[in-house]
Amino acid sequence: MADPISPADVHHVAKLSRLALTDNEVEHLARELGGILGHVADIEALDLDDVQPTAHPLPLENVFRADEVRPSLDRSEVLAQAPAAEDDRFRVPRILGEAP
Amino acid sequence: MTAIQIADAVRRGERTARSVVEGYLAAIDAREAEIHACNTVLADSALAAADVVDAAVARGEDPGPLAGVPVALKDNLCTRGIATTCSSKILDGWLPPYTATVVDRLVAAGGIPIAKTNLDEFAMGSSTENSAFGTTRNPHDVTRVPGGSSGGSAAAVAAGFAPLALGSDTGGSIRQPAALCGVVGVKPTYGLVSRYGLIAFASSLDQIGPFAQNVDDAALLLETIWGHDRMDSTSIESEPPALGRSGDVSGLRVGIVEELTDVDGIAPEVRAAVERAAASLKAAGATVDRVSVPSCAYGLSAYYLIAPAEASSNLARYDGVRYGLRADGVDVADMNAKTRAAGFGPEVKRRIMLGTYALSAGYYDAYYGKAQKVRTLIIRDFAAAYERFDVLLSPTAPTEAFEIGAKTADPLAMYLSDVCTIPTNLAGHAAMSVPFGVGAAGLPIGVQVLAPALGEPVMFRAARALEAAAP
Repeated sequence: MADPISPADVHHVAKLSRLALTDNEVEHLARELGGILGHVADIEALDLDDVQPTAHPLPLENVFRADEVRPSLDRSEVLAQAPAAEDDRFRVPRILGEAP
Repeated sequence: MTAIQIADAVRRGERTARSVVEGYLAAIDAREAEIHACNTVLADSALAAADVVDAAVARGEDPGPLAGVPVALKDNLCTRGIATTCSSKILDGWLPPYTATVVDRLVAAGGIPIAKTNLDEFAMGSSTENSAFGTTRNPHDVTRVPGGSSGGSAAAVAAGFAPLALGSDTGGSIRQPAALCGVVGVKPTYGLVSRYGLIAFASSLDQIGPFAQNVDDAALLLETIWGHDRMDSTSIESEPPALGRSGDVSGLRVGIVEELTDVDGIAPEVRAAVERAAASLKAAGATVDRVSVPSCAYGLSAYYLIAPAEASSNLARYDGVRYGLRADGVDVADMNAKTRAAGFGPEVKRRIMLGTYALSAGYYDAYYGKAQKVRTLIIRDFAAAYERFDVLLSPTAPTEAFEIGAKTADPLAMYLSDVCTIPTNLAGHAAMSVPFGVGAAGLPIGVQVLAPALGEPVMFRAARALEAAAP
């Protein structure tokens, strides 16, 4: 069976997910994720050692396009949708430095 | 009028597209405040598009097979310069710089986008209650849900806001709301319809498909949007199979899936509808038997590991950098986390967390890896069933439409709404819901017809026979 999910587990996964959660959300999610994982754990009992995984329903092959110039999205139209842009680029807050 | 009748009348010059659009806009005006099927009503652009269709007819040109037919679009289909929200605060106000292939194709055929419809945020839900912009109500009983996640599209067709609509189906999001709203809903074979411009939820499962008031209208829309698209690397290159217009089921081998029909949680009157549907196919010349597809019993579990895992990856793009909402933060990581906290609703957060957990170190093999193996079992079991049967039958949804609020406090109870529809997505097959009678509360019930990959022709044949026999 699935192990219970602790608030510390939730904090760890929230960090991986880049989600800022309130204490209330952490408490709720610990319970809800534990409940859902407890339910889906029925597949743990299946003997699947000899079964190949399916990642995709189609037998996919990589698709290459011809190396030719074609119209792409309009840069000013794309940048107009950005929260912040400057000099034809997306502007973001500080990336390096004294992050907590 | 059906969509086919509208297009015929417009092409022959017997009706103007403008009068058609005005009629549907009046229907929206009359009931939208009560139903809330639409995030955006495209009144001005629809009337302008209608005038373009009418001008073509006046010049003696053929505008195409959807001439003058209004189509409602689920609000996770990108429309250039027109708000596309996924019913999420994180995309509120975003104007896509491009249009989905399916929308381009239906417009090229003379179809007219009339509204962007409400959905569960990022298509995650089974009731359309997870929308950031309010709940859509079932047109048959406004105290009940329309199903989801394409609840706005289903309700729009059921309420007569449009004769046709497009939705997306990752685990049942077209078929389940179609059943609850009493309309036809089709989940095509994976790869049959281009997903370019569909905002991704779970990429190995998502498919776009039609809603309609009848089977032939659904076929018309599917034939308009399907076919290879160089912009979608998962799109099938071969020619789509001709759907025909026959409802002849003589000699058809029909199997009722035990694991999706004879199980706890399926309402007795829903099971009875499947029995009556099977009997009607038998009376029309089909043979009917029960069939076991054992691994379908594990479909729900596999789905609720695979879909959130893929979603956690797909939704990483909402980071406050390139589009949509941005919250202030001391650095980029802090900005990302605060943006996502402010922009995503509770169900989306739950699924991102569940998916990230299932993919995280130490749990990958036990959860995601095992779920992918279950997927192989489901494909194998369906293949065995299709050696003996041409199509399979089951309920589309376990019950008729439930009360608004009945399942919002219990995610697992909500997830069980999709138990009959999920195996088709995991296998990449085709399935559709056809209205077949009503339940204890007098609300619509849908019967699901399942077919193997590219089995749409035989699936539509069975669906026409069911439609003809429906009570």
